Amino acid sequence: MNLRDWSEHDLGVAGHVLPVVRAPDAVLAAPCAAVDPCDPAVVQLAADLIATMRVAPGCVGLAANQVGEGWRVFSVDVSEHPRSRMHHGAYVLCNARVVEATRKEKGREGCMSVPDLTGDVKRATRLVVAGDLPGGGESVLVETDAFEARALQHEIDHTDGLLFLDRVAGAHAVFARRTYL
Amino acid sequence: MSLIAVTVVGHDRPGIIADVTGRLADLGFNLEDSTMTLLRGHFAMMLICAGPVEPADVEQALAPITADGSLLVSAREVPPEPDPEQLGEPYILTVHGGDRAGIVSAVTHEVADVGGNITDLTTRLTGDLYVLVAEVDLPRGVDVAALTERLGAVGRELGVGVTLRQQETDVL
Repeated sequence: MNLRDWSEHDLGVAGHVLPVVRAPDAVLAAPCAAVDPCDPAVVQLAADLIATMRVAPGCVGLAANQVGEGWRVFSVDVSEHPRSRMHHGAYVLCNARVVEATRKEKGREGCMSVPDLTGDVKRATRLVVAGDLPGGGESVLVETDAFEARALQHEIDHTDGLLFLDRVAGAHAVFARRTYL
Repeated sequence: MSLIAVTVVGHDRPGIIADVTGRLADLGFNLEDSTMTLLRGHFAMMLICAGPVEPADVEQALAPITADGSLLVSAREVPPEPDPEQLGEPYILTVHGGDRAGIVSAVTHEVADVGGNITDLTTRLTGDLYVLVAEVDLPRGVDVAALTERLGAVGRELGVGVTLRQQETDVL
């Protein structure tokens, strides 16, 4: 299945907006559990992640543990972001892992779960990710670059229990966040 | 409860941070923000901490660390600062070129002239090469092109390259 053919409507359930948890909540620091992408609870969570992502201004990705659920599921949608090059619209991936990551570049990142800080993090700008689509459970490969690549790596890190704070480029690479969306 | 600014400067050796922070913890202090680096090989640490005793008691508790004369410690009470309001747009200012007197003052003067606030600054001198990197908040509405031009002119006068670029943050 081509990821671009997937739509949140395929989930067949309405998403609910959930509260976003913030560090130092322990759920953000623990590796998440693999899921059955066809499990109705996972399908509901997928819809909830999309709904929650949509209402948060500027939010381009949300991992399940950011809404308190320690499962390897996240949503992404960078289609409206000015620094996106390739993108695949709005989608949810389960059990995602990085297959190939090259051409690292440093960029400054922020996170909804760490609202007061930003940090400089090196991320691959060419990326291949494998994952399963919720609902049908099809396995997909996502090949992307630039901003979507950064977003995917940030979300996969969440499912591994890592925040951007775990990857900052040095002791003087964490900053107070100054602009709020 | 006092809010105390502690600075420690002097000869570097392993264990200074563990020693200083251990003594502060014994006094019941909670470290809030801190920064430490080596400046020309000298240990330099500043921290803001909150705790139950007066600055003089902090200096007394840290006195054993300074006994051999290799470290200077000071502790001063500071008022709580309100959270910064929306200050403006974040920029990164970089300067590099041949060392000469007055680079930092000339460049930062231009930033201050437009109401820009420096929130982080590092300068390094290595051989003849002088490097400055600063995080700058520019108030909204500042004519960035004009400021860039003035910084360029200052750089040409000093024989150094100056760049000002917007700090873009990806919120994920």
